[in-house]
Amino acid sequence: MSQIETSPLTAERIREYFNQGKRFDGRKLDEFREIVIETGISKNAEGSARVKIGKTEVLVGVKMDVSEPYPDSKDKGNLVVSSELLPLSSPRFEAGPPQFESIELARVIDRGIRESKFIELEKLCIKEGEKVWTVFIDIYSINDDGNLLDAAGIGAIASLKSARIPKYDEEAGKTVFGEWTSKNIPLAKDIPISLTVHKVGNSLIVDPNKEEEYISETRITVASHEGIINAIQKGNSKELTIEEFNKVLDLIEKAEREIAKKIEKSLK
Amino acid sequence: MTTKKSEESSKEFKRPDGRKPNELRKITAKVGIIPNADGSAMFAFGDTIAIAAVYGPKKMHPQHAQNPERGTLRCNYNMMSFSVTERIRPGPSRRSSEISKITEWALQPVVMIDEFQANVVDVHINVLQANASTRCAGINAAAMALAHAGIPMKSLVQSVSIGKLDKHLVADLIKEEEDWEDGEGATDIPITLTQEGKISHIQLDGKISKKQLNEAIELAKEKSKEIYEAQKKALKEVGEEK
Amino acid sequence: MTDRKVVIPGEVIFEGEDYLPGEGTEKRNNQIIAIRYGLAEENKKLVKVIPLSGVYQPRRGNVVIGIVENVTFNGWVIDINTPENAFLSLMEVPRYVNKDDLEEVFMIGDMVVAKINAINKRGIDLTVKLKGLGRLDKGMIININPNRVPRVIGKEGSMISLIKEKTKCRITVGQNGLIWINGDKIDDELFAKKAILHVAEKSFMSGLTDEMKDWFEENKEKKEK
Repeated sequence: MSQIETSPLTAERIREYFNQGKRFDGRKLDEFREIVIETGISKNAEGSARVKIGKTEVLVGVKMDVSEPYPDSKDKGNLVVSSELLPLSSPRFEAGPPQFESIELARVIDRGIRESKFIELEKLCIKEGEKVWTVFIDIYSINDDGNLLDAAGIGAIASLKSARIPKYDEEAGKTVFGEWTSKNIPLAKDIPISLTVHKVGNSLIVDPNKEEEYISETRITVASHEGIINAIQKGNSKELTIEEFNKVLDLIEKAEREIAKKIEKSLK
Repeated sequence: MTTKKSEESSKEFKRPDGRKPNELRKITAKVGIIPNADGSAMFAFGDTIAIAAVYGPKKMHPQHAQNPERGTLRCNYNMMSFSVTERIRPGPSRRSSEISKITEWALQPVVMIDEFQANVVDVHINVLQANASTRCAGINAAAMALAHAGIPMKSLVQSVSIGKLDKHLVADLIKEEEDWEDGEGATDIPITLTQEGKISHIQLDGKISKKQLNEAIELAKEKSKEIYEAQKKALKEVGEEK
Repeated sequence: MTDRKVVIPGEVIFEGEDYLPGEGTEKRNNQIIAIRYGLAEENKKLVKVIPLSGVYQPRRGNVVIGIVENVTFNGWVIDINTPENAFLSLMEVPRYVNKDDLEEVFMIGDMVVAKINAINKRGIDLTVKLKGLGRLDKGMIININPNRVPRVIGKEGSMISLIKEKTKCRITVGQNGLIWINGDKIDDELFAKKAILHVAEKSFMSGLTDEMKDWFEENKEKKEK
């Protein structure tokens, strides 16, 4: 049934409970819901992953194709990240041109991967100035129960790590779609994880579900690995004190280590 | 009815994946896969996988499009970029627009729209993995999702692709068969039938005689029973857990 | 009365001239056919389907919970989770309301519990003139499948009384699936929420009231830890 968004009464209760350091589903403020990561869920993709955080579910797929490089990076491959917040995943998404939320999600995940140089783009050059590989990461929401952003980030990493490069026909100068080499995409060793912390009233929480996310007043997404920060995005308008901001960074550093382990585990 | 001669040649006919001419790929059907939706389902023919979600009936915006006498059924079909070997650019395409409308027409005869009056029921379909027969998988998933959502319906519908490869009729085409080049090549006929055996959707690409086309429709009728059983089982499994 | 079984649209439930098509069914030739996904029930030859899913069907006399969406010159537009609009006229409030003071009574965003007075072409007309109706101030609202509401209430209110007693909460169940819970402590409210969701999920099991008595015993211990 269509939802009435979190009613103001319930919102008040949620905030009161946060003040006591508690959440309705029994989690602590810095605790994630159960994360399930599956790779290889779509066999025509170069790499793919299904990520579930609680009831939130996203699908991410990696596709590759050979094309000309950008004029200002003639010896590097390209990265293109797109996202679709599918209407099937929530009554609040409608069919039509991409909504802002979808555009922001793709750009935030893109920057996390790009700035950390996780994909070694120089190694994706076939012929300088003429032929390079483009890596496409396409993100789709399947069920939105809050925190699509983090789920998308985890999915992007998992699908990149499990992806194989397609065959390339040098003579024809074209990708051979549907046939793969045994080579993986050249990736850096350190995994940049994109995680978000939300502020509600005086409380800072990670991994909000749908009800909690609806009353979030501001959020900070940080892409980092082992304390090195590669990208930050603050979304929504409420201000943060510098002290709160540093608490956010601490929360993220702690969560990042756990999530990185989970991703590694799922790839075995 | 096929003649004895064509029956024999059908028996000998080898499909690329070893199936018999009238054999469907393994069907997987599940209901309730998207918690947020009012109704949802997944339907797969082998490795062609489609998911569908239904939201509604609900108020329709913009108001001016409302038909006060009847309700509206809106279908929206698309394929995920990575569902095929050569990436599809995300976003709507002419093909997805057409299939969205075809799907709506295929479902309309059984959905009791007058019950909703000035409201809308949205059906969203996405293909996760494609190996031909994608619109058929989508329609089968959509029918289950509509029932799951509690929408009043005269019955479900069943959709299957019938193909003619050279002179042989086969059920449930895969991509390799869509691209068949031997002899008369491939003729692709996706058909959707209601429980009464009426055609709610049919398309055709290729070359076929009227006689064989009728045989194709008979084959679709036969196969629709298997599809119906899978849809019914998926809906009952969830219902019975309660 | 025969055992209830799950049926899907288009399925033949009974065949025979003397069966009558009730809600959720249609008679075609001599067959009673389901037109909804739900549980088929037959009583004295009347066959009906109790839906397992589907939006709330508003009925006159229903108590519903909604949120004020808009204030107009003569009343309030209330969202009760139905495609049609619900309207509360200023005449249907138990005290005199000046046309300029509408917002003093209910503002946009207020949660209200109301009764459906009438359903007509324009929409649904509500009233809060009776005891127990009006604005909801504290507590929490949960949302369940409206088809499960009868079970949450129970025969003559037995289930909801049990839950109220065991959780020490005030609870109002809206027929539209919205439920208001108010306790002295948030923990009590969450306990009531858990109990209600449990009942809602197990909707069609018989002997549910007894099972819930046991459930409360088990979970009360967990809660007190």
